[in-house]
Amino acid sequence: MSIIVFAESTDGNFKKSTLEAVAYAAEVAKNTSTNCVAVSIGNVDDSKASELAKFGADKIVSIKNDKLIGFVAEAYAKALANIASQENATVIVVSNTYSGKAIAPRVAAKLKAGIVSGVISYPDTSNGFKIRKTVFSGKAFADVNITTAAKVLAITPNTFNTIENNKTANIISVDAGLTDSDFITHSVEISRASGKIPLTEAEIVVSGGRGLKGPENWGLIENLAEALGAATACSKPVSDMHWRPHSEHVGQTGITIKPNLYIAVGISGAIQHLAGVSSSKVIVAINKDPEAPFFKAADYGIVGDAFEVMPKIIEAAKKLKAQHA
Amino acid sequence: MKILVCISNVPDTTTKVTFTDNNTKFNTVGVQYIINPYDELALTRALEITEKQTGTVTAINVGLADAEPSIRKALAIGATDAVRINADPTDAYFVAEQVAAYAKAENFDLILTGRESIDYNGGQVAGLLGEMLNFPSVNVVTAIEIENGIATMERDIDGGKEKLTCKLPLVASAQKELTEPRIPNMRGIMAARTKPLKVVEPNGAEKTSATISFDMPPAKGLCKMIAPENAEQLIDLLHNEAKII
Repeated sequence: MSIIVFAESTDGNFKKSTLEAVAYAAEVAKNTSTNCVAVSIGNVDDSKASELAKFGADKIVSIKNDKLIGFVAEAYAKALANIASQENATVIVVSNTYSGKAIAPRVAAKLKAGIVSGVISYPDTSNGFKIRKTVFSGKAFADVNITTAAKVLAITPNTFNTIENNKTANIISVDAGLTDSDFITHSVEISRASGKIPLTEAEIVVSGGRGLKGPENWGLIENLAEALGAATACSKPVSDMHWRPHSEHVGQTGITIKPNLYIAVGISGAIQHLAGVSSSKVIVAINKDPEAPFFKAADYGIVGDAFEVMPKIIEAAKKLKAQHA
Repeated sequence: MKILVCISNVPDTTTKVTFTDNNTKFNTVGVQYIINPYDELALTRALEITEKQTGTVTAINVGLADAEPSIRKALAIGATDAVRINADPTDAYFVAEQVAAYAKAENFDLILTGRESIDYNGGQVAGLLGEMLNFPSVNVVTAIEIENGIATMERDIDGGKEKLTCKLPLVASAQKELTEPRIPNMRGIMAARTKPLKVVEPNGAEKTSATISFDMPPAKGLCKMIAPENAEQLIDLLHNEAKII
């Protein structure tokens, strides 16, 4: 028996969310007296893959195949499910990233495993297999019991801690038994904004709403984001008016995020917006309307005109950055 | 071109979420139900595709009779016909098995779903269906064009976009940006009344999970207010008090 974790990589590197998933799987393995097996797919160097042991992997399975350098959901899912079967896995852990979301259900269907995504707790195995997830885009939690022998868990990024240790583990290279018929989708082009922090992975997010009056004023958001090493986001009206791209829209019908710090500038805090950001650890609301609902959901608030208060905050953030540079 | 669009019936986004029966049931009193917004985008895109080339769009819902207003709305927006699998959709795996069982006999070229439902936020049905039908699945699709049996798509990836191609049949899940939702017109609403809505009993698939209870996030403490003239103090508080930057 074992706990399997998908060690997602981008361009041969592991992301923070991957290390969280490995640490989570290691904790589940420890609590159920089984082994944690990390599965790296794509051409990740062995020296890099070996780092997964430090985050708790007892064994590292590396699947190298030139066709797997890019992400192909059906092939990745088959490879992961094959390893899970060989290892007699009881739990398969992935991070609930876009790629994780693409393969988790396919793995579940292959293994006839119950699946819960958006997981925010460790399993409670005292009476069945109970797991907590967010529902209604963060407005509430649900405790779900999975009743199948194998279980797939897609865990929410930025929810679980990682602990580094001095552990080492063997790396086993395997051929996952893939054939041409497992590669039906073909990647044509990948574009990532270089030097920009992806919103879904950001620990700090600075977000703007209608209160900023127009896209020409977004320098206020971008400058603070730059000084804090943050990603930028926006409210629904802002993306609907095409001031900012849809990919920046956070809220119930946009992206749900869970950063350590969320700074909302000129966003009133409609229930749909709060749903997408309310799990943030610390929330700052800046709005000129003292009645804005966001102040009820925030830890820190400033009632003021964004055009007057933001320059002061940006300057202070730059100073802090210079002190720690 | 035969397209199947999966429709979830979900509480409106303005719903104040509460629970009853000792936190074991979602409180539906006073709640307005709508077509899941992402499913509505999937439906609209399906209609745009079949308007360019001939084809049909079938809307499918796994749900009880109370989901029928949303299904009728899908017909009013323009779906050719609709199917309701008569079962409570409490588990995505179960829902996908019902849809897969129906789709197997129908030879759809394309199956579209929303990227996730806004109530349970699972985002699982597209991938589950893909595997059950042995179709490829592509999630969070922001653009899709079909030409000569090949789909050209764009999807969100962490930190960017990917352009990809895939031959049909295919399952794809709709992300915002895919298109703009359509408001049904009077002719559509009239036509929807007589369009076929078939009710099918579920197959014997078992559920793989069960929601035991619900809970609300802990209430926030008081919001610490900072005077606007001293706005720069925010950075100091975040650094020294919250220790978050």
